[in-house]
Amino acid sequence: MNEEIIIAGFGGQGVLSMGMTLAYAGMVEDKEVIWMPSYGPEMRGGTANCIVVVSDDKVSSPIINKFDTTIILNQPSMDKFESAVKPGGNIVYEANNVMNPPTRDDAKVFKIPAAEEAKKLNNPRTMNMIILGAFLAVKPIIEISSILEALKKVLPKRHHHLIPLNEKALRLGMELVGKD
Amino acid sequence: MNKKQLMKGNEALAEAAIRAGLQGYFGYPITPQSELLEYMSRELHKRGGAFVQAESEIASINMVYGAAGAGARVMTSTSSPGYSLMQEGISYIACAELPCLLVNVVRGGPGLGTIQPSQGDYFQAVKGGGHGDYKLIVLAPNSVQEMADFTYIGFDLADQYRMPVLILTDGALGQMMESVVFPEYDIEKNRTNHSSWATTGRVNGREQHVITSLHLQSEDMEKQNQILQKKYRKIEENEVRFETIQTEDADFLLVAYGLSARIAHKAVNLAREEGLKVGLLRPISLYPFPYQAIEDLSAKVSGILTVEMSAGQMVEDVRLAVNGKVPVGFYGRMGGMIPQPDEILEEIKKLYSPKRRQ
Repeated sequence: MNEEIIIAGFGGQGVLSMGMTLAYAGMVEDKEVIWMPSYGPEMRGGTANCIVVVSDDKVSSPIINKFDTTIILNQPSMDKFESAVKPGGNIVYEANNVMNPPTRDDAKVFKIPAAEEAKKLNNPRTMNMIILGAFLAVKPIIEISSILEALKKVLPKRHHHLIPLNEKALRLGMELVGKD
Repeated sequence: MNKKQLMKGNEALAEAAIRAGLQGYFGYPITPQSELLEYMSRELHKRGGAFVQAESEIASINMVYGAAGAGARVMTSTSSPGYSLMQEGISYIACAELPCLLVNVVRGGPGLGTIQPSQGDYFQAVKGGGHGDYKLIVLAPNSVQEMADFTYIGFDLADQYRMPVLILTDGALGQMMESVVFPEYDIEKNRTNHSSWATTGRVNGREQHVITSLHLQSEDMEKQNQILQKKYRKIEENEVRFETIQTEDADFLLVAYGLSARIAHKAVNLAREEGLKVGLLRPISLYPFPYQAIEDLSAKVSGILTVEMSAGQMVEDVRLAVNGKVPVGFYGRMGGMIPQPDEILEEIKKLYSPKRRQ
């Protein structure tokens, strides 16, 4: 198994923390992982993205321009990264934040109404976990239990009481796949 | 204790330095190195060291000079424009023969440049940077694990040769997270005794220790230069470090260091999938440079491609090593742009030919 992923959206949508959670969870399962953020001006309000690689083998390059899965949380990121998915790969995207759906016919496309569902959970910030859940339904490369273990590392202690809510969001996301 | 941890390269380097018995850190914040300084500000004072945020990079390096003169295990870290500011102090420390660790998390230049990763400071790192005939041992990690490992090695080499050691890395390696395991390190066993030269106070009538880089008599200055040159010859003999990947049957060779070597490794895999016999040599010590290893391999391949995140700097050392025996091409991106594996593959295809074997 070697999964190369890019997660892209606005700063503040939980792009970097979603990627970090996934990377931590991979390490919990003793896989080789890389988390590579785009850093700099885009951290201060513009678009943000991170590359995550989860692999059974040592990873050579952390610099990648074709991905098995692209997870897209806004329109500018869709414009930029739709073409970056490998033929036969997956595009998982957030329905409310992307106006123009992808046009690639050689990739599997998953439209997830995560923002809307997060509102129903009374916490819009769970949007990224709903998307992560959806991704794990599309590509079950990591166990949910490992994600929960990872959240203990990624979330500061004062937010650990939110882990059950995050689990709910993850499982909700998994159920949303294939429903659109 | 020796658990796998997920860390940024900058943080792993900081943690390794503290585990290696760091006594003093002096620095000034600059992206993309700031996590290193932040980590030190949070951790070092709790674990027996002194953290000082200086008023500038010039102050930082001179604080390093002073503390190293007192025999303490010390370091500073910065990024390209900050490293330029430090050059005068580094030249002084090299001349005064003091051990310390320097870290340059390189960003794109010239000028104030960009905060994205680059390898444009190679010349500055290995050819001098400051004034006068001096060298630094320069180590180039290519993973978060090596950011930690080379920190221990760097401190030990600095002690052993009484000179500054530079870890030359870049913004991407500093910012990215990978798993890292910190090896056991015995500070007592590894630290060299500095009592014969350190300025620790003239107690019990011991002779005076003088640390200076000023020798106004030219005869004395030449003597000091000869001492340095003798040391550098010894380092060139004993401290060359490099890695080879799939070079045994290679018809064509890539040479790249640091992050570029990771990308080049992927390009080797892509080329092999298409039946092209490509190998990779990765210089780990940029000074001393693996001239001999490259010369040896150049006899076995039809051509060489050097890949850098610069306009082409290390390629000059590769050409010196090859000495015209085979063509040496170059592919690079500048100003914070990073070469992609498939771009490198395209370059390989332009230059590749199977080696004609006798």
